[in-house]
Amino acid sequence: MLKTGFQSGFKTGRTLAAAAGLAVTFAAGFAAPASAQDTIKVGILHSLSGTMAISETTLKDVMLMLIEEQNKKGGVLGKKLEPVVVDPASNWPLFAEKARELISKDKVAAVFGCWTSVSRKSVLPVFEELNSVLFYPVQYEGEESSRNVFYTGAAPNQQAIPAVDYLAEKEGVQRWVLAGTDYVYPRTTNKILETYLKSKGVKSEDIMINYTPFGHSDWQNIVADIKKFGSAGKKTAVVSTINGDANVPFYKELGNQGVKAQDIPVVAFSVGEEELAGIDTKPLVGHLAAWNYFMSVDTPENSDFIKKWQAFTKNDKRVTNDPMEAHYIGFNMWVKAVEKAGTTDSNAVIDSLVGVSVPNLTGGYSAMLPNHHITKPVLIGEVQENGQFETVSKTPGLVVGDEWSDFLPDSKDLISDWRAPMSCGNFNVKTGKCGGKGS
Amino acid sequence: MHRAFCWLLAAFLALAAPASFAADLAPLVRGLGAGSYAETEKAIAGLAETGDPAVVPVIEALQAGDLHIRKADGAVVVAKRAGNGYALTDPLTGAALGEADRNAVEKIRINNALRRTISATLGALTLMSPDANTRRQAAEAVFKSRDANALDALNTALAKETDERVRRAMTQARASVLLAGDAPDADKIAAVAVLQERGDQDARALLNGAANTGSDAVKDAATKAIASVEQRLALWGAAQNLWYGLSLGSVLLLAAIGLAVTFGVMGVINMAHGEMVMIGAYATFLVQEAFRQWAPGLFDFSILVALPVAFLVSGAVGVAIERSVIRWLYGRPLETLLATWGLSLALQQAVRSIFGPTNREVGAPSWMSGAFELGGLTITYGRLWIVVFAFLVFGALLVALRKTWFGLSIRAVTQNRSMANAMGIRTARVDALTFGLGSGIAGLAGVALSQIDNVSPNLGQGYIIDSFMVVVFGGVGNLWGTLVGALALGGVNKFLEPYAGAVLGKILVLIFIILFIQRRPRGLFALKGRAVEA
Repeated sequence: MLKTGFQSGFKTGRTLAAAAGLAVTFAAGFAAPASAQDTIKVGILHSLSGTMAISETTLKDVMLMLIEEQNKKGGVLGKKLEPVVVDPASNWPLFAEKARELISKDKVAAVFGCWTSVSRKSVLPVFEELNSVLFYPVQYEGEESSRNVFYTGAAPNQQAIPAVDYLAEKEGVQRWVLAGTDYVYPRTTNKILETYLKSKGVKSEDIMINYTPFGHSDWQNIVADIKKFGSAGKKTAVVSTINGDANVPFYKELGNQGVKAQDIPVVAFSVGEEELAGIDTKPLVGHLAAWNYFMSVDTPENSDFIKKWQAFTKNDKRVTNDPMEAHYIGFNMWVKAVEKAGTTDSNAVIDSLVGVSVPNLTGGYSAMLPNHHITKPVLIGEVQENGQFETVSKTPGLVVGDEWSDFLPDSKDLISDWRAPMSCGNFNVKTGKCGGKGS
Repeated sequence: MHRAFCWLLAAFLALAAPASFAADLAPLVRGLGAGSYAETEKAIAGLAETGDPAVVPVIEALQAGDLHIRKADGAVVVAKRAGNGYALTDPLTGAALGEADRNAVEKIRINNALRRTISATLGALTLMSPDANTRRQAAEAVFKSRDANALDALNTALAKETDERVRRAMTQARASVLLAGDAPDADKIAAVAVLQERGDQDARALLNGAANTGSDAVKDAATKAIASVEQRLALWGAAQNLWYGLSLGSVLLLAAIGLAVTFGVMGVINMAHGEMVMIGAYATFLVQEAFRQWAPGLFDFSILVALPVAFLVSGAVGVAIERSVIRWLYGRPLETLLATWGLSLALQQAVRSIFGPTNREVGAPSWMSGAFELGGLTITYGRLWIVVFAFLVFGALLVALRKTWFGLSIRAVTQNRSMANAMGIRTARVDALTFGLGSGIAGLAGVALSQIDNVSPNLGQGYIIDSFMVVVFGGVGNLWGTLVGALALGGVNKFLEPYAGAVLGKILVLIFIILFIQRRPRGLFALKGRAVEA
């Protein structure tokens, strides 16, 4: 009785009903503490201010949309979902504080959040200590596995390695520039790629590695160096793990210095539709990106998703991107797992999540693996004049996310399986023991 | 321009050609829309083989992304945006084929490999174009593609060529084809000499290839040529670094010059300086939006209009800040620092709320895009204009401070406030206007920076530290110091970067400044006299 008043008030938006509903819930709140059970709370932990707001605000919005959609379908376990949005303000220690607040004070059933690896590392101990569930939607460097974290973004073998394969096979690239921003994701990814390329017979002198600080804006001599490196008589490509804001001046400089995709293609792992929205893409046509989703993918699921997103944001120019799809997959997996478990209790949900399979937006299904990563197709796209990507290559099947890279010496023997009886995030197959790197 | 001309010419040729001729091409054109990239590539090769100039506009349309397949009958058509749908024309004859709905046609997609094939094909086909520029570009395309099939066309074209520059380009293209193919050694060695004379990075790439694969005699010649080319490139490389240093220095100068007024002249530790730059960049964005909306044809002038707008908007915000916050805090540097730091956060978040957290697109006018070659230097127009602009702003500010009544008042108030007051200068108003001037100049910097950096709420943060470094290094209160400081820091940074990398380079510069300030706390050009004590 009470809760229907509350909900209909919000749903229909009639002021009177809302006011009445609110009044009733207020009264109920004093009378019966049980009213906290009326909804299932879902935590959203994305920066809405500071440097990372540029990327993370969109993910907050997409979560609000997904929750609204689910509530229209009747919620989960007969209860409505209630989003709890907090702003960790691109401040890594604040991420941990806000995570603790969400879990202990707001008693959320699951949290969807984080973008940078350092923010994830900062909240990880909190989730393990308080035994809650985090869905992490961004491609990352791997080398991590936690019982409480579900990684719906790409592991390096679901993005970097297929991209390099494509360039080597289809474009005949023999010389590689690995350019990145100086922090953990590019450094680890480049280390993996370097070992991988060398295992394919690429010589050391054909690999150039370059790191730049965050927000680097003067790319003149780096682009000139790339041109010089590319003039050694072998086909050259740039593999870019340049992050965030630094990309716009980088691409502007490439365009201005006339580095064309047909001569030296750049394949990026952190440049999506959102990032391209700030640049004139005409000089960049043909440069590449590797993702598991592109807005231009032509499937009924995707066009439905885009339509809903543009209606939700009331902006028919808003673009969608890969981490949004990761949240779409992660949220639907969580809903399915909760319904399978019949409860939102963390232990039950963590167990029932493994093996859950939901449709992704590229016309297939993604499944949650025992290592808490998911299966994804890998797409390679070329930048078009309209700021979209045109898929030029897609892996024939789904690629299984590999958290411990086979191309790093101290992680190649590790596997992760969170199912009983192993229930271990870093099982060493050589020694047969649980515990290795990261323990 | 020449492309349009080429189009016209080709269209004329296509019309003049007998109908049966066009009919031969039609099935080949249809093949372009067969489906896969490989099939499209085959169709392009088929078209190229005909050597018929009538295929040039077809391939150009494919390159421009105008070529579509009409879904109803599978015909390949040129479709151009017209209102809500497309206006269709026949790619060969140029005859109008009516209009079609957006869903009735499908674009023929191209990838990088096809783009390469297309430019090579166009190069080979347009070698005989009546326009010298087109011919030169064609020769460059052949130079890049090293396509052995273009050799005959190249020889024919070379025999007829009269223009010296085009001749040179064609000779180089011929050398490139010969060196990459399997020509006799004598030809190859002659080609090596031609490429050595060209002496740029592309030539080096070709010579490197020859040095690895050719016969011993060719290898020998190529190795020697590479040594000479590299020597030349190293010299130009040093010049290039000098230019990069100047360019970075001018960006630093632009960012710092407003701060040289608010911090240097007034002594206000203005942590919100970066946000004034950011507001200038957003003003540019708004001006461009207005141009896009109402006068898209005049877009190239939008930056010029943005300059006064950004100056006034940032200046007005500056005056408002001075009147509401800073004037209560004169003489209390710590409080000023905290208050302006808070202001900077507030301004960032306000912009984020109004414009959203994502980057805004600020376009470059045509006269600021692209690059030109000066010997072995690649100079981008955008950077060149920023260098010019930085010096203009610096000069203008210098004149304003030295030669105008307003500048005199500013100097009077900073040097001796009570005496200036006694002489009838309204010091409070001068304070507000000075702060407004500094902020307005920061706004001007924002217009320039919008061309090379992100227009996002975080824009200013990236420049605030650098700006303070420049002003402190150059000597607080001295404009010339700011100029020398900016250029010195830019130059040092760019000379360190190739050896130490961007990250370490930046750290080294910081250490250098710390050591420098230890020895000369007042910077390069310290102010002397009573003003310092005041």
